[in-house]
Amino acid sequence: MKAELRPAAALTLFALGAAALLAVTWHFTAGRIAEQERQAAQRALFEIVPPESHDNDMLDDTITVRAPEFLGTKKPVTVYRARRDGEPYAVVMPVVAPNGYSGPIHLLVGILAGGRLAGVRVVSHQETPGLGDKIESSKTDWILQFAGLSLDNPPQGEWAVREDGGAFDSFTGATVTPRAVVGAIRNALIYFRDHEKALFATTPQRPDNS
Amino acid sequence: MSSVPSHARIFRDGVWHNNAGLVQLLGLCPLLAVSNTVVNALGLGLATMLVLVTTNTIVSTTRAALRPEIRIPVFVLVIASSVTAVELVMNAFFHDLYRTLGIFIPLIVTNCAIIGRAEAFASRQDPGRSALDGLATGLGFAAVLVVLGAMREALGQGTLFANMGLLLGPTGRHLELTLIPNYPGFLLAVLPPGAFLGLGLLVALKNHLENRRARPVSQAAATPAAGRSPA
Repeated sequence: MKAELRPAAALTLFALGAAALLAVTWHFTAGRIAEQERQAAQRALFEIVPPESHDNDMLDDTITVRAPEFLGTKKPVTVYRARRDGEPYAVVMPVVAPNGYSGPIHLLVGILAGGRLAGVRVVSHQETPGLGDKIESSKTDWILQFAGLSLDNPPQGEWAVREDGGAFDSFTGATVTPRAVVGAIRNALIYFRDHEKALFATTPQRPDNS
Repeated sequence: MSSVPSHARIFRDGVWHNNAGLVQLLGLCPLLAVSNTVVNALGLGLATMLVLVTTNTIVSTTRAALRPEIRIPVFVLVIASSVTAVELVMNAFFHDLYRTLGIFIPLIVTNCAIIGRAEAFASRQDPGRSALDGLATGLGFAAVLVVLGAMREALGQGTLFANMGLLLGPTGRHLELTLIPNYPGFLLAVLPPGAFLGLGLLVALKNHLENRRARPVSQAAATPAAGRSPA
């Protein structure tokens, strides 16, 4: 072999070795990772809609919608649906509050059939630690107050923070974050009110979610 | 390969005299970003240690084939694939911790302590010593992370070992300590400046301990701490 080819050959061998290492690791972890992700998604849904309240598998009963002005994202949104004895029970929608203090706030909003909130949780955010992060259920109970509320309670016009003439308290030193969250929940409720039937509809004869 | 250091010397250098965090000040990005709680610090520290042992061993085993012109690309390749493998394993077995640490696991790639040890040590020594060096360096780095994490968690949140269940499973939950109930929180310790201040204090403390130990023995023989690699 020509002398100048030797480093190239060695580098190729290293690359093949690295590829083999990754392939083997992936092979042994891929199944477990998929299972873990499914469990994590399920745990998040169960926090809002407890497992004993419905009898279908929410992760398999989904519908994809797109409503940038109400759900805060231009991307298609996967809505999870809970049913009991085949009757609509609740939906859980991933909603984005685009106007957080430091970037979008990702929420899971659960709404019971009829329009009452089952609950809201924050999935991810970049709000200031100690101020805006009080929206996390692990930090304060603030986000828990929404369970049971609807567009009639308080009336739709009062779905805002107190600083804006609404019914909801914000935190000392952080108004922007609660404002964004309250607004996102209100929009999700409006969207649900206008599309409840369509959200629960089972597309007839759709073979499988492929 | 002029000198072959003893195992004890490798261990002492990695953990203390040439500590990646306190002396070489390498890998500061993860050190400062992830040291906000003990569990985050421990998780990233262990992951980094695992990567160091793996990369040092691989580099040392293959050092005969490491011609100078391909040395750096090979280091990068070895480090990147080791980190990816560790990332996959963490995703599979410590899924919640993996999600908490997020971007900082793949960013282990950019920890200069790792390529530094590959270049300065593993490419010149046998696999056994290189693995030990990786272990010692990783242990030293993880220790700094955990101490800094404990300081920031205690000061910032008034807790210790919060969310330990992420790493240890159900048994870890019993470890959780609330030092001060209804602690209002101390924002400075939680935010990045707290990490800089904390690290500064730890460096000062280490230097103070070294100075105090060096002085009484002999003031004449001012032995500097063993070989600080420039890395």
